[in-house]
Amino acid sequence: MLSRVAESIFWMSRYVERAENIARFIDVNLRLVLDTPMDINLQWEPLVQITADEELFSSQYSSPNQKNVLNFLIFNVKNPNSITSCVSRARDNARTVREVITAEMWLCINEFYLFLLSPRCRTEAFSSPNTFLTKVKNYSQLLIGLAESTMVHNEGWHFIRMGHLLERADKTSRSLDMKYFIVLPEVDYVGTAYDTLQWAALLKSVSALDVYRKQYHRITPSNIVRFLFFQPDFPRSVKYCLRECDASLHEVTMTPPGSYSNPAERQLGILRAEIEYADVNEIVQVGLHEYIDTFQLKLNRVGDTIMSSLFMVRPSESETMGRRTR
Amino acid sequence: MKFEDYRTQSHYDEYFEAEGVPRPSILPFIRRINQLSDKKILRWKRAAESALLQAGITFALYGEQEGQIDRIFPFDIIPRIIDSQDWNVIEPGLKQRIYVLNQFIDDIYNEQKILQDNIIPGEIIMSAKSYRQQCAGFHPPKSIWCHITGTDIVRDSTGQLYVLEDNLRCPSGVSYALEDREVLKRTFPRVFETMRVYPIDDYPNKLYEMLSYLAPTNVDSPTIVVLTPGIFNSAYFEHSFLARQMGVQLVEGRDLVVVDGFVCMKTIYGLKQVDVIYRRIDDDFIDPLSFREDSMLGIPGIMDVYRSGRVAIANSPGTGVADDKAIYAYVPQMTKYYLDEDMILPNVPTYLCWDEKQRKHVIGNIDKLVVKAVNESGGYGMLVGPHSTERQQAEFIDKINANPRNYIAQPTLDLSCVPTVVDNHYEPRHVDFRPYILYGQDIWVMPGGLTRVALPKGSLVVNSSQGGGSKDTWVLQATEQKRVSPRTSSKRLDNR
Repeated sequence: MLSRVAESIFWMSRYVERAENIARFIDVNLRLVLDTPMDINLQWEPLVQITADEELFSSQYSSPNQKNVLNFLIFNVKNPNSITSCVSRARDNARTVREVITAEMWLCINEFYLFLLSPRCRTEAFSSPNTFLTKVKNYSQLLIGLAESTMVHNEGWHFIRMGHLLERADKTSRSLDMKYFIVLPEVDYVGTAYDTLQWAALLKSVSALDVYRKQYHRITPSNIVRFLFFQPDFPRSVKYCLRECDASLHEVTMTPPGSYSNPAERQLGILRAEIEYADVNEIVQVGLHEYIDTFQLKLNRVGDTIMSSLFMVRPSESETMGRRTR
Repeated sequence: MKFEDYRTQSHYDEYFEAEGVPRPSILPFIRRINQLSDKKILRWKRAAESALLQAGITFALYGEQEGQIDRIFPFDIIPRIIDSQDWNVIEPGLKQRIYVLNQFIDDIYNEQKILQDNIIPGEIIMSAKSYRQQCAGFHPPKSIWCHITGTDIVRDSTGQLYVLEDNLRCPSGVSYALEDREVLKRTFPRVFETMRVYPIDDYPNKLYEMLSYLAPTNVDSPTIVVLTPGIFNSAYFEHSFLARQMGVQLVEGRDLVVVDGFVCMKTIYGLKQVDVIYRRIDDDFIDPLSFREDSMLGIPGIMDVYRSGRVAIANSPGTGVADDKAIYAYVPQMTKYYLDEDMILPNVPTYLCWDEKQRKHVIGNIDKLVVKAVNESGGYGMLVGPHSTERQQAEFIDKINANPRNYIAQPTLDLSCVPTVVDNHYEPRHVDFRPYILYGQDIWVMPGGLTRVALPKGSLVVNSSQGGGSKDTWVLQATEQKRVSPRTSSKRLDNR
């Protein structure tokens, strides 16, 4: 597989997953609207904070009200992390790898893109945002399903998995962080029904509320961290994403599991070990927000080393490695 | 929307031999169409267009702003139909022509016998912009230069078929022909059964076979790639389409590198040798070391590998010399010279402004002629005399006098028409026809191709950049003359 193609397919998948997760973030807030007491002004600013785009936002909008934030996160093409930007870039990448993905996947991603550009979609996003967000999530899920069921499970497929799993690990950790940014109106609210409501909305936005309840029954912050970070069999948990990503990476390089042959495998292995052997109580001691911050930096480094060790082939290096294959 | 209301407007019509009298070969199709309600036809037209958009079968015009939605190549569901009688001229005519052109290119870059024998003046070759000195003395694999050709064929008001242009460099459009067919097969399934239309789906197979045939002989299972300038090229869809249809890698210049005298592609496992390149990049850009230094699209050093025979390139760099419209004018002489035959499919009569006598004729009759720059394509750099103002004519006369070698002229052909859906009825629109020819172990002419249609009323320019659209093209297989009705009156349409 061409390095450029591997890179494109990896990013195509990342961008679609990113669009889906932006939709999930918005979803949390919309759920909170329904249950927020009338006298409390619902905050939309945290949505901009968790993707760390405050500066860009304030350069274009005066106040972080619902309309502005939705517009910024869904349609604004100057925001590289808006849903439209993500899908448009995913489609650009898909266009360059059409001979690797299947026709069904291309149709899906192109339809997703055309849907976002349609005037109908613009009306719907503001008039019935829930319907709109569900569509965005469905397109992304459909694409993952199509990759699963129509693609040959070869290198290309593994790069798709690596793309969406890395992105998902990042976004799940960020969604936990959202609770940090949504400030409770008063200190008294900690541990109240309103606090629980926020945690529940958060779980729901990552499709985790029901499964979480089966496991832990009651909503407590430390169990939520335990679940979203370390639940080994929940497909949006950080641990799950990193394990599967690691497995796909080893499938591509054919390095035996638990060992490494390039910097990407090494970085990912180190991060995985940290997550595998972490302890929730320690995290709470360090502070969740700080822990998540550090985690994201390390995750970014994994992404960077995947780029540099798999996507950038230089003739001189390959020659000395004697890897010219026929 | 019935054909009774259709008027040929005194052009040669591909569907009607006289007002209200369909050509016998077209009759079954007209009957079928007439059974359909207007609503159905218009719905199918929209369905066809949305299928093309959904599938991303789109092109971008140069100079469009960023962020603009891609457009589909406008598509008309009424096909152009070519009966077996015409095909029996077109197919052998193209085989003859491609054979001759290949002989010519090989001769020009090697012995130059045709120049020594004074059949073509040497200075017209040496002054051609598309003549590549770098190719002199070169023998391409299997002695084939022009592997893929998309010849433009037109018909004039008398019904005569002509070759208008050869397109020996990187002809595009075959993907539209193949996709248009897919759409029409879904639209008129029953008609295909009754009319014995030649299938064209074989093209990617034939292309793959031809490319494999070019591989260096010591290679067992060659690595074949399609080389594209990238996603911003207007024909990118086609490059990707062909790579997918053949199951080969689509590469950009930056994916390839020359190492130790081989062309290699950069993969996640390191470098992998490439044996055959179907390039969709112009000569000028393919190798900054041999051609344009500023090319960002090419692969430095690839021409050396090519010359050493370690990689095959289709089409060979240098073929463009025969695309020069002044050299096109000499194809009849070439045919005589290399084959001692007359042309089966003639050229459009062409005046060379380079020749003083002919130039005087062109300038004196500029309001009746089409004047073309010899190296332009895509409908650029031309003057359609009868549709031009005196000022435009004067400008072109200045251009011709300033650089006579750069211009040729041809009579303005009243191109034949095919009924086309306009709003909610049919109107005649002018068409041309581009079949695709592959030259490998033997020469194969695709029984079909791209029919381009000039959509603005009265326009004679079919290029997509100038408001052209496309139609599917049906080549009919010969039948055993059984269905010819004894009563000629039955050919006339009922005026219910």
